[in-house]
Amino acid sequence: MLKNDPLKRVLYIDLSSKKFWIEERRDLFEKYIGGTGVASALLEEECPKEIDPQDPKNPIILAVGPSTGLFPIVSKTVSMFLSPHNKLLGESHAGGRSAVALRLAGYGAVIIRGKSNIPVYLVIDSNGVKFRDARALWGLSVSETGRFIREREKGSGLRSILRIGRAGETGVTYSCVVTETYRHFGRLGLGALFGYKKLKAIVIEGGKKALPVTDRKLYKETYDDILTRLRENPSLKKYYELGTAVNIIPLNMLGALPTRNLKETRFEKAENICGEYFAENLLGRRLACAHCPMACIHIAALRTPYEDEPYFYKTTFISYDYEPIYATGSMIGVGSAEGVLRLLDSIDNYGFDVMSTGVVLAWTTEAFEKGLINEEHTLGLEPKFGDVETYLKMLFHLANQSNEFYTALARGVDFTSQKYGGEDFALAFGGNEMSGYHTGYGIHITHLTGSRHSHLDSAGYSYDQKTKLKELDIHKLVEKLFKEEAYRQVLSSAICCFFGRSVFDFETLARMFSLSGFGYEAKDLEKLGQDILIRKYHFKKARNFAPSKLRIPRRIFETISPHGKLDEKVLKTAVKLYEEMIEKRGGGACK
Amino acid sequence: MATGRLKVLDPDRCVGCQLCMFACQRRTGQAGLAESAIHVRSRGGLSRGLTVIVCRACEDPPCLAVCPTGALIKRKGGGVVLAAKKCIGCGFCREACPLNAIFWNDETQKPVICMHCGYCAEYCPHQVIALEEAA
Repeated sequence: MLKNDPLKRVLYIDLSSKKFWIEERRDLFEKYIGGTGVASALLEEECPKEIDPQDPKNPIILAVGPSTGLFPIVSKTVSMFLSPHNKLLGESHAGGRSAVALRLAGYGAVIIRGKSNIPVYLVIDSNGVKFRDARALWGLSVSETGRFIREREKGSGLRSILRIGRAGETGVTYSCVVTETYRHFGRLGLGALFGYKKLKAIVIEGGKKALPVTDRKLYKETYDDILTRLRENPSLKKYYELGTAVNIIPLNMLGALPTRNLKETRFEKAENICGEYFAENLLGRRLACAHCPMACIHIAALRTPYEDEPYFYKTTFISYDYEPIYATGSMIGVGSAEGVLRLLDSIDNYGFDVMSTGVVLAWTTEAFEKGLINEEHTLGLEPKFGDVETYLKMLFHLANQSNEFYTALARGVDFTSQKYGGEDFALAFGGNEMSGYHTGYGIHITHLTGSRHSHLDSAGYSYDQKTKLKELDIHKLVEKLFKEEAYRQVLSSAICCFFGRSVFDFETLARMFSLSGFGYEAKDLEKLGQDILIRKYHFKKARNFAPSKLRIPRRIFETISPHGKLDEKVLKTAVKLYEEMIEKRGGGACK
Repeated sequence: MATGRLKVLDPDRCVGCQLCMFACQRRTGQAGLAESAIHVRSRGGLSRGLTVIVCRACEDPPCLAVCPTGALIKRKGGGVVLAAKKCIGCGFCREACPLNAIFWNDETQKPVICMHCGYCAEYCPHQVIALEEAA
């Protein structure tokens, strides 16, 4: 890497002693690029083996990469930690402005250790860190927190404000961290870890710095080439036109849209919550992450009247995407876009992960139907599929963990179903609630084997939709998913938005890195991707994880997918094959 | 030197991608934002939309009026040109601009002012800004 590149600077922050310092870690960036590569190495250094996620030693690690600030759509920040939700590898990526802000503040990574005695928020700029009293912000919603901090701190346009809501404060294990109102470090509970540490928010102020490149002319040419390819690639159109919500109708037609806790896969009201409906009736604005031409962030303008005064309205701006619509729409039987938006607004303001929350509400509704729980558990509420008002009330109890039942529910469906029954329809894999796809074997192999148990790890749903059942070869599928996940480790080390994956092949990535003085060739990157994936596997294996030991909810074998009724034996064989494959390639030699 | 002027046509079309800001720096061949003379920020949270801040090439520029060293020279077509050698970095120009459209390079301690070259406009995906030729 280039000598004068600030990427090598790692900012260490200790919340217990309110101290910070900067270390130069060229070694890490030269070896692992940035993002996931560097963060996973730092996690290994920082996170002791035997701790509980609540331990102050559980670190929060943020990392960006060399191409952030240099190239378009390379604007995501990776976070890593021991997950409060599944007690395994916590990894979450967010768009917005944090990556560019961190890069221009002059850091490649941030490590947050310890626990504060009082609620604080941090201001990170090129001079280091300021610790600010956040006692007056504790208990506030995500949007109120953003508003107060926005007015108090400087740097508008170059800054990022990461914050938690009530769910993070009380330690809901699937609470998230919200950034720039509309982007999230979702899944796996980074919000809860902020809460444990009494960390309400982080402001990152980017400076107006220059970033060095090896060859100025070549840099401009490479930039133009990548931008042109991003603009001209027809497969990217869907992200900026209707947005990811475009997938609702095709997945529903395919019979792959989880509906009413995956009792069904077709939702009769899909047309009322689809991307087309949102765009025609509610889309108020489109926004972009910093340094990204896509503008894939779709914001609905929801106009609602106040009941107590005539001709008195408010207009709320709420972002929507495929997964949030699945989670607060079909999965809990809500068939109106306005209902979906009201739930999303509340979920965002408490700071829940939306996918886990949708699955939690779906499980609760079915458990209530089946009599496993009753009004005593729910504090008098009677959840029914489609009942938005009741769900809104439940979100309040969930965020505040109002009684023993809601406290269990705040740990997800895996935990709750072990206590109250209903494991067969508790739709979580590796402790993480399912994504919006019941497309076939591929997606569930991804759910079970992915290092984050996220649909984005190896995107099995995409292979399912391209493969007919009679063409299905489980060996080939497992191999493909492994390769895909290994490739994505390089993407998330760069760290490029996955939406640009069709443009960022290994050759392109190597060209981009070379402009920051990295000497990688495509084949080195391929190898590095596998190494990073295996290191993440080690982290989990050292905490007693094995894919073949995971519980598989029966419901996925009962509800017909586009690949027909899934065979438990086939799925288990596939997971075993994956485990053998990763063990053979280095997973066995646990450090 | 070109005599056109950069114009903000419609800030309500702006999606906040900031490609213009990065393009402005890339003129120099470097990445980052040190020499970027255009700024995009929210109007108090992204839900309220965005504002684009850039020199509008005044015919009678207030920044020029307050420069004590004659480092700002009137530009044909409006606005000013910075003669960096004469500039002592006092920052009066920045104070005088009612649009806050004069930026600052912390390393050189000199102002950064749009030269109306139009390079940024070539990268705007949504026709928010454009270079207008002088009449």
